[in-house]
Amino acid sequence: MGRGNGILLETQVAVKDFDGVRAVNRCSIRVGAGTITGLIGPNGAGKTTLFNLITGFLRCTGGRILFKGERIDGLPPHEVFHKGVVRTFQIPRELKRMTVMENLMLVPSTQAGEHIWNSWLTPWRVSRQERENETRALEVLRFVNLVSLKDEYAGNLSTGQKKLLELARTLVAEPQMVLLDEPGAGVNPTLMKELVERIRSSCYDKGITFLLIEHDMDLVMRLCNPIIVMSNGEKIAEGSPQEVQQDPLVLQAYLGGLPG
Amino acid sequence: MDISGIISYTTGVVIMAGIYAVFSLGLNIHWGYTGLFNIGIAGFFALGAYTSAILTTSAPDPDLFEDFKFGGDLPALLSFLDPGIDLWFFVALLAAGVVCGVVALGIGFITLRLRDDYLAIATLGIAESVRLVFLNEKWLANGSKGLYRIPKFMGDVVSAENYEFLYLVAVLLVLAVVYLAVQQVIKSPWGRVLKAIREDETTAAASGKNVFSFKLQSFVLGAFIMGIGGALYAHSVRFVAPISFDPLLATFIIWAMLMVGGSGNNKGAVLGAFVVWGIWTGTQFLPGFLSDPNFRLFMIGFLIVAVILLRPGGILGEERRVSRAAQEREGAAPSEL
Repeated sequence: MGRGNGILLETQVAVKDFDGVRAVNRCSIRVGAGTITGLIGPNGAGKTTLFNLITGFLRCTGGRILFKGERIDGLPPHEVFHKGVVRTFQIPRELKRMTVMENLMLVPSTQAGEHIWNSWLTPWRVSRQERENETRALEVLRFVNLVSLKDEYAGNLSTGQKKLLELARTLVAEPQMVLLDEPGAGVNPTLMKELVERIRSSCYDKGITFLLIEHDMDLVMRLCNPIIVMSNGEKIAEGSPQEVQQDPLVLQAYLGGLPG
Repeated sequence: MDISGIISYTTGVVIMAGIYAVFSLGLNIHWGYTGLFNIGIAGFFALGAYTSAILTTSAPDPDLFEDFKFGGDLPALLSFLDPGIDLWFFVALLAAGVVCGVVALGIGFITLRLRDDYLAIATLGIAESVRLVFLNEKWLANGSKGLYRIPKFMGDVVSAENYEFLYLVAVLLVLAVVYLAVQQVIKSPWGRVLKAIREDETTAAASGKNVFSFKLQSFVLGAFIMGIGGALYAHSVRFVAPISFDPLLATFIIWAMLMVGGSGNNKGAVLGAFVVWGIWTGTQFLPGFLSDPNFRLFMIGFLIVAVILLRPGGILGEERRVSRAAQEREGAAPSEL
């Protein structure tokens, strides 16, 4: 899969109002296939709301969202997932009283065993698929270095490990596109390095497109290209890390509210 | 009491505990695995018991019932099959389950999209409505006088004094089948999705699962099992009336059983039913005020609080992993070495 050829995800003048407060205001962004696109902006810029619109957790007040040219706005979250768009959450939402392994084995779609009849009538088929899914989950766990914790309750992991588990959850889904909401928050520098490596190799080796929200500018500048900047619900800039860093609008958005 | 009296009494206690274990398994699907807060078990209990009673009792029989017009007389209806075993019994159990399942489908379809607390209110309301329907629609179930002489399972095979032992076997058999069937689906990816929904609906949805659909399936399966429990009860006591299904003995005590045995563990659900029913019936032999019904009720409440404080997971607690296939593989690995 070539990099940067074609638009994978596009929002067209997306709008989201919450009781008169416009969280996302006529926001149009495009994410190229095979890129790691950064989405930055001050707090309250509407980044997470935009994520929620894309992944179906919120409905657009106006505008359209296209994935591979097909409208996905208005679809419920699980259907957006099946289109190939998978997300993580700002605050990790691991399944606490389930093991790390189970957190991942949940994810693969089209599991025969999810149909109640199959476990009664064709249990061998379910078992075979379970073994396949376990192998797949183990591969991903190896990839994110969590194998030793596979039988641990997910609720007992550290914040950084939970972030890795969130990433692992998206990878087990074998998605085309992953939306990461602040993958670096609360992660120590060593683990952060690992996280960056994993995201890079997922993109370059597996061809997964990433869109990520992040406040750690160091991480964003190292990892993302292009970078999209939002402020007050609107897109105010887009470009390479160098371009964005020098954009007066961006500097104003980040610093403009300060006195002096 | 002589020895045969004690045996007979104990048999009755075990039969009832076995029936309660079926309910406890149903509630475990709702609450233990999916986190659905059903506080109207009595509704499904009554619906299952009445369905089975109405289908199998003969009517109109003016000597027996004045108003009851609706008896199905299933034993006579199915007598032509005559497989040497009372087939109607199993048909009635299934029918009771199906009726409860259909009702659950309706309630669930309306309430399961809403916040969790709405389901609690709805189940509570449905339980009361079911009771009132059977109380007021006399043509359907003979009103407050209830239905009696509900047929015995294989009643003509053994003598009256040995019937209890036969029914004990029947109850334990049904319990075993329900347990195995539930265990089979709970240990499958289906059960894993339920657990995920219990832990965090949002994550389940973000993992591509249709949360509403799975909740509905869980609610219907749990209700189906409760219906079977109700039917077992009807043919055990052989009398059902609206007063049989008071919230204490048809909802509350089942919650106690699940909490004590271990919510999220099917073995715990069964164990809890036997422990709590044992305590409930055993305490009536205590001396003095200890056998007072109110004190016995207090004992059950005390037990719940004690379990929550001392052993929040119940006696057995939840099993760490769900996936049976994965477990088997893990178990197999060392022997290969």
